[in-house]
Amino acid sequence: MINKKVNNVQEALTGVKNGMTFMLGGFGLCGIPENAISELVKLDIREVTCISNNAGVDDFGLGLLLQNKQIKKMISSYVGENDEFERQMLSGELEVELTPQGTLAEKCRAAQAGFPAFYTPAGYGTEVAEGKETRDFDGKMYVLEPAFKADFAFVKAWKGDAAGNLVFKGTSRNFNPNMCGAATITVAEVEELVPVGELDPNNVHVPGIFVQRIFQGKNYEKRIEQRTVRQKQ
Amino acid sequence: MALDKNGIAKRIAQEVQDGFYVNLGIGIPTLVANYVRNDIEVEFQSENGVLGMGPFPFEDEEDADIINAGKQTITTMPGASFFDSSMSFAMIRGKHVHLTILGAMEVSENGDIANWKIPGKMVKGMGGAMDLVASAENIIVAMMHTNKAGESKILKRCSLPLTGVGCVTKVVTNLAVLEVKNNAFYLLERAPGVSVEEIKKATEGTLVVDREIPEMDI
Repeated sequence: MINKKVNNVQEALTGVKNGMTFMLGGFGLCGIPENAISELVKLDIREVTCISNNAGVDDFGLGLLLQNKQIKKMISSYVGENDEFERQMLSGELEVELTPQGTLAEKCRAAQAGFPAFYTPAGYGTEVAEGKETRDFDGKMYVLEPAFKADFAFVKAWKGDAAGNLVFKGTSRNFNPNMCGAATITVAEVEELVPVGELDPNNVHVPGIFVQRIFQGKNYEKRIEQRTVRQKQ
Repeated sequence: MALDKNGIAKRIAQEVQDGFYVNLGIGIPTLVANYVRNDIEVEFQSENGVLGMGPFPFEDEEDADIINAGKQTITTMPGASFFDSSMSFAMIRGKHVHLTILGAMEVSENGDIANWKIPGKMVKGMGGAMDLVASAENIIVAMMHTNKAGESKILKRCSLPLTGVGCVTKVVTNLAVLEVKNNAFYLLERAPGVSVEEIKKATEGTLVVDREIPEMDI
């Protein structure tokens, strides 16, 4: 077993520097690497590019880095829940690259899987495709999209072990598996770090080879963005 | 009388067939699930990574780790599955999802749709909409026929930045059911009590009325 375990978030984030590109897992506030985000705020790492489907809300998730003006550029698909984001974007303080959600996921997966680029139908004929190579396959048009390049990927899983194997719960899986191994260093934080051998190899979602550092996370808030319920009859 | 949002959802629900995998967008489309006949088998896909979505949870049973693409807490049905974002869009791009229902700010007679950006004003992003409209063969748009100022949103050409080109096949509004083909909107049905004249007035794009137009049966 190759040991990926580090003792805490401080050790896990060794080497992060101003101006780097980070991938961050999560959909809305679901499955975001809460510990890594808090530490990036503490370290005051600046001028960073963040690849993340969303930008958090004003006072949680990536919204914390935005408030602190640590982000130079965001690459996301949907940013509707964050007023500060919209303000910084419309005023030109923040550079933003809006990317179709499936393309965003696949640009991560391509980096993970060793593909330099791929063709997708998404965005053809729209401003997303402007300046990009397009090509006809069997009478339908596609846009060439390059794989992402990132320095760190920060992901969050439900369970993991020192070998770096990961298991996710519910829809908190989302972009997290696609980002593992898609950056130079992948840092996984987990709600429960279990002894090696406890995870059933049949049920591992991300094999440890894609993870360089893993640590036991703490104090998960797991905030719900839209609490929707129905009444018991 | 023009339909409300639930009326639009109710009419669209009639388009959902037995054995369909369906992706519902945010807003009116989400309501469609409430009106699907219960004698057919349908599975709802949400692009954040769930197939077999169920109703909202009972109070105190919400789980922060189980949400839909609108970030709402949900439940799952027996037979449901969770997956990552890349696999979710493999279902969409790979045409495994049979029907996509989404909202729009504008549609045009050649099947273009705009629903993600108002330059200089509102930029929320396209989310999964560009992937959905670029791939799905069966796209129904749920929308209001006109904006708050009474101006038509059913146009010759979209004025807002596009989400997809030539992709919309059907539009259900508060006034009408329209089929999009041959660079025109073909009027199929009208909302109860709404006249063909009213629909003509509210439609800027080319409207074809080539038959007796029945009222929607809802």
